[in-house]
Amino acid sequence: MENKLRLRYSKVGKSKYLSHLDLSATLRRAMIRAGVSLKYSEGFNPHPYMSVALPLSVGTESVCELMDVGIAEGLELEGLPERVNRCLPEGIKIAEAYFPSRKFSEIAWVEMSGFLYYDESVPYRACERLSARYSLDCIEVKKRTKKGESIIDIASFVCDMAFSESDNIEVAAKLSAQNPTINPANVMDALAGEYEELAPDFTSFKRLELFDSGMKVFR
Amino acid sequence: MDFALERILQRVQRPARYVGGEYGQVVKDKAEVDVRVAYCFPDTYEIGMSNLGLRIMYGVFNGLGGVWCERAFAPWVDMESEMRRYGVALYGLESGDPISGFDIIAFSIGYELSYTNVLNMLDLAGVAVRSSDRGEDAPLVIAGGVCCFNPEPLADFIDLFFIGEGEDAACEIIGLFRECGDKRDFLEAASKLDGVYVPSLCEAFYNDDGTVGKIVPRQGVSFPVKKRIVADLDSSPFPVDSIVPSTGLVHDRVVLELFRGCIRGCRFCQAGHVSRPVRSRSCGTLVEQGIESLKASGYDELALLSLSTSDYGEIFQLCDGLIQWCEPRRINLSLPSLRADNFSVELMERVQKVRKAGLTFAPEAGSQRLRDIVNKNLTEGELLETCRIAFEGGWNSVKLYFMLGLPFETDEDVVGIARLSQAVLHTWKQHAKSKSRGVRITVSTSCFIPKPHTPFQWEAQITMDEYLRRVELLRASMRSKAINYKWHSPEQGFVEAALARGDRRLGAVIEAAWESGSRFDSWDECFSLPNWASAFEKCGIDPKFYANRERSDDEVLPWSVVTAGVSEGHLRRERDAARAGKKTPDCRELCSNCGVGCVANGK
Repeated sequence: MENKLRLRYSKVGKSKYLSHLDLSATLRRAMIRAGVSLKYSEGFNPHPYMSVALPLSVGTESVCELMDVGIAEGLELEGLPERVNRCLPEGIKIAEAYFPSRKFSEIAWVEMSGFLYYDESVPYRACERLSARYSLDCIEVKKRTKKGESIIDIASFVCDMAFSESDNIEVAAKLSAQNPTINPANVMDALAGEYEELAPDFTSFKRLELFDSGMKVFR
Repeated sequence: MDFALERILQRVQRPARYVGGEYGQVVKDKAEVDVRVAYCFPDTYEIGMSNLGLRIMYGVFNGLGGVWCERAFAPWVDMESEMRRYGVALYGLESGDPISGFDIIAFSIGYELSYTNVLNMLDLAGVAVRSSDRGEDAPLVIAGGVCCFNPEPLADFIDLFFIGEGEDAACEIIGLFRECGDKRDFLEAASKLDGVYVPSLCEAFYNDDGTVGKIVPRQGVSFPVKKRIVADLDSSPFPVDSIVPSTGLVHDRVVLELFRGCIRGCRFCQAGHVSRPVRSRSCGTLVEQGIESLKASGYDELALLSLSTSDYGEIFQLCDGLIQWCEPRRINLSLPSLRADNFSVELMERVQKVRKAGLTFAPEAGSQRLRDIVNKNLTEGELLETCRIAFEGGWNSVKLYFMLGLPFETDEDVVGIARLSQAVLHTWKQHAKSKSRGVRITVSTSCFIPKPHTPFQWEAQITMDEYLRRVELLRASMRSKAINYKWHSPEQGFVEAALARGDRRLGAVIEAAWESGSRFDSWDECFSLPNWASAFEKCGIDPKFYANRERSDDEVLPWSVVTAGVSEGHLRRERDAARAGKKTPDCRELCSNCGVGCVANGK
């Protein structure tokens, strides 16, 4: 896997609005500007090899994104993040670049934090009631998949969930990264129906860290 | 970022286009800036950022000390409604500050159907749309771009029009703006600069029959306003280190501008007439600018821009120079605006070694008689020969563009389009390298729109019904399934025609259309003819008077307040030549004394 380089980067602020395709193109161009030689696919329409670990929803921030890129042989790694960072738009920053030893499929959990905003005021005893809601043994939500809509129980796919209150509600949790992928929107869907009063009017989320199934940090 | 903005961005399509922050944007320290400019493009981000003029002027303004130029685009309808609901005013993408607090709001206006967006953007900024309603504290509102060659329809809304190419004049205008105490002083002083038209400093009078009687300038203002040009393109600024948008555009690529002006005198073409004389960049400069731009952007495509790329004098050297650098780096070279001659296919083959993009040609008219009338110097033989070479070279898709309603068009000319398309198909059958994949010939027609400053500026546009009759005639004449005929609806063309040759009285119509919801009129999904029709009616103005009426020889034309340099005598001679079916040779072959006064390397 010597010709595959893993980039760990953050995508925050204005860049959180970039779609998955926008991001790939942006990183590709930044690397070209920085003089990083990429490895291209063969064939009719050559393109560089790039693979993002877990696609991020538009509007969600992250400080733990991973992307593998194919690079040409003999690439100088020293100072690479700094060189590429000078060529990136606002909000995207590479923290490190290394040769990976593990596969993306080993990622099991995503640690996230977020804010729940309420237009009126924070509902009465919101933290307590939210905690109670998410402590139930069965939390059924509707989830859209390629095959259509289905009902799943997310209780075992969300862990270490905690709420705290200030002007709004701050939430932290670890969500199942793959099989199934649980995103914050799925978690918020659990506030439909009888919990409607706790449903926020606006939310913002940020990915903080990736873990494997043994809850060790994934790199 | 503002919290209200952050909230609404979660609910709109493609939010990335509303936040700025791209690589290459210019951010300045407000403490060191005394003039803030909002460069407003009255269409979406994706279209505006693909516009070379915007990139050039952004570079020019920001190159001036103490000036910070930011960008603003027309928010799409979903974003507009969110902005209005939550009271978010139009802001500059770089700072996020409302543009109502800027010193200058500068519009770049390239097509008439964006006029309602100009008004809408002013209103979204919280700036009064009419100049007369804007006080001393309101920003100065200026406009440039090809539409300003007839500034009259927007005269009520724009304080100052800039006619022609703005690279050199930007500095003068900003300098004068700094010197002058108030807006009125500034406008009077600026009106003495070449290329500047201040509509409030003149008054229009009308005849009983509705035509313009005269347009009278105030003392000290000289008419007509002469357009500005950049004499030496080689030394004029080119934005090699421009913004690289993070979100997809119409075209994500480096654009090189080969030359301005056009040696061909196609009689319907406004761009070809108002951008004269021909001025080229040298091959060496272009190769250098191309390489620098590619390095600075990281793009994998480079396009050559001009009105007729095959007419660039050193085109082969240029392509060779660029290919040498591009090929090992997997960068594609694309050549829009090719003429349908043999030379073009040779060029295409040289350039497109891997991917064969479709070929697009614009014969414009179906018969030789009509092509001669409009001075499109292209013969059927040339077109078919070009197609033969292309089909032999493996191409199997051709697009052909035509106009219906060109002056003096007869039914035989219309049917001629079908005949010519059939001949292209026949050429494919005889010469195709491989017939297994079939052939796609796409023929499309749009309704001819007579434009100011062209030999056809006096002509009537055909009515929408007549256009549709000709479409039907053509459709019925198409006999092969391999030929796909598409026609543009005449509705947008009709409104465009009325606005293009309109006078000051159309300001009220544009305002009424905008007030009743017209915006993004160049977008099929937004355009509403009934909306425009009722706006015209409300103002007591008949759009047909502007679109479908032939102007008499002695009529005062509203756009006579500006001149593009080509003399009226030349336009009249060309119109007479069209009537007589006579061609005019291109500028390289023989100078037709158009009056523009060619500079140094214009020949």
